Amino acid sequence: MNAPHPRIETVAYDTLTVRLFETIDEAHMPWILAADAALRDRFGEALIDLVPSYTTLMLHYDGLSLGLTEARGMIVDALANLTPATEQEGRHHVIPVWYDESVGPELVTLAERLGVEPAEIIRRHCERDYCAFALGFAPGFAFMGLVEEALATPRLSTPRQRVPAGSVGIAERQTAIYPMRSPGGWNILGRTAVTLFDRSWEEASRFRPGDRIRFTAIDRDTFIEQGGDPTPMETQ
Amino acid sequence: MSTSKENQALVVRDAGALALLQDGGRFGVRHLGVTQGGAIDWVSLGWANWLLGNAAGATGIEITLGGFVVEAQVPLTLALAGGDLGATLDGESITPYSRFRVEPGQTLAFGQATSGLRAYLALPGGVAVAPFMGSASSVVRECLGGLDGEGRALAADDTILAAAAEAAGSDRVIETPPTFTAETVALDVTTGAQIAQFDGASLFAAFNEHWEIDARADRMGVRLTGPVLRNGAGGMISEGIPLGAVQVPPDGQPIVLLNDRQTVGGYPRLGALTPLACARLGQCAPGSRVRLRPVSACQTRRLMQAQFARWR
Repeated sequence: MNAPHPRIETVAYDTLTVRLFETIDEAHMPWILAADAALRDRFGEALIDLVPSYTTLMLHYDGLSLGLTEARGMIVDALANLTPATEQEGRHHVIPVWYDESVGPELVTLAERLGVEPAEIIRRHCERDYCAFALGFAPGFAFMGLVEEALATPRLSTPRQRVPAGSVGIAERQTAIYPMRSPGGWNILGRTAVTLFDRSWEEASRFRPGDRIRFTAIDRDTFIEQGGDPTPMETQ
Repeated sequence: MSTSKENQALVVRDAGALALLQDGGRFGVRHLGVTQGGAIDWVSLGWANWLLGNAAGATGIEITLGGFVVEAQVPLTLALAGGDLGATLDGESITPYSRFRVEPGQTLAFGQATSGLRAYLALPGGVAVAPFMGSASSVVRECLGGLDGEGRALAADDTILAAAAEAAGSDRVIETPPTFTAETVALDVTTGAQIAQFDGASLFAAFNEHWEIDARADRMGVRLTGPVLRNGAGGMISEGIPLGAVQVPPDGQPIVLLNDRQTVGGYPRLGALTPLACARLGQCAPGSRVRLRPVSACQTRRLMQAQFARWR
């Protein structure tokens, strides 16, 4: 892939969005990660926040010390001669999931829609590595993808009031894990016992943008051994 | 946390509508999905802190709408700024933008908002609290920050400690305090983001008509009602969202995203309210009227530098 031509857009008096791509593609992430590293390096102490997401990076800099024109110049400078990050720069995680109707009601509805057994849905959800395109919605919530086209499912028309922590779901061609109990409209297939966000960890979040994630199926006993809460979805 | 008599400062007797520990906000963590948090009206928190010689972003108490009651455990100097929520000390009126002395056993009580929505109470050296990711800001939805680190709002019987025994800056007086009584508040907007995708009539309306503050307003965002704004942006890929972003969902009614916003989003935006305008919006009650006014980034930078210069 050729180096993208960045577009720099003003989004606030002290914030610029760097647009590198127009479509969602896992092949874009090495460029996004490379831009992330280059911008962090170039801005140093003047960087307040840098938020990569799918096709863009939002750069919030210290608006008291830097002007907009100066910040634009620094971005152009940082992104000249960009080369994509290598595979090793993102981390790889294996996330064990107990896929079951009791904790993942849409496992069955999705299987019925495709005319296959739930086991087939599980196999296909576990079949590939997913890329964390962005974190948002809640601390540690990673938007991952892409799931294969056939598994793509629109969000629930009425979001649930409470989705339990650890719930693994699909929305369109994306998949995600709810780090904490929250409202949500994703189609839930199962639950993991893995903690995604812990205040006592140095970076608090298990995932970072650009990480690669693979799901693996476990049974109920293993899920409970790992500290999982098997309380069915409806009663939580 | 220590609760020895010497260290105690204030004990909450009534939490009121909503009282939260807030500071300048949590930064450098947006890429992990952690929101900014911090005082909505950071200018008023800054003034309350300035009166006590604290850093502008030191942790204080953000009191929304009123009803908050605290009792002093030790002699203490406090400062109050922001909206007028009818504060009294043992029944004697305390006006915002002042510093005052409290003695053990005295009760500071907030009534109802008569101007503005949020008052800020500063303690000497700020509130003593362990920061998480560089900030003590309470974000209830994320279960982060605050007294116990779990984001909850202040509650009856909570003990609030001051980081310093004595306040500095004893000669500080605010000659002409800000007021929140304007009939129509002009809110400065840095235009940008997807503004080019809005049609001409919508852009004209956005910056020339009045907007009403909707009842759907909280620390995540404030909905404005008025003319319907149309754009051709269609389905957008989610991207990072700055403070003050004026996003327009399909119903055409803008939402200004504030401190506790989600970190990424996919609705087209006209730009973003400046930080000063966000602070001002945080004092606008539902039903009040505002105007959106385009402003240059250079001008905003000068105003921001001037604001911080006042606190030197």
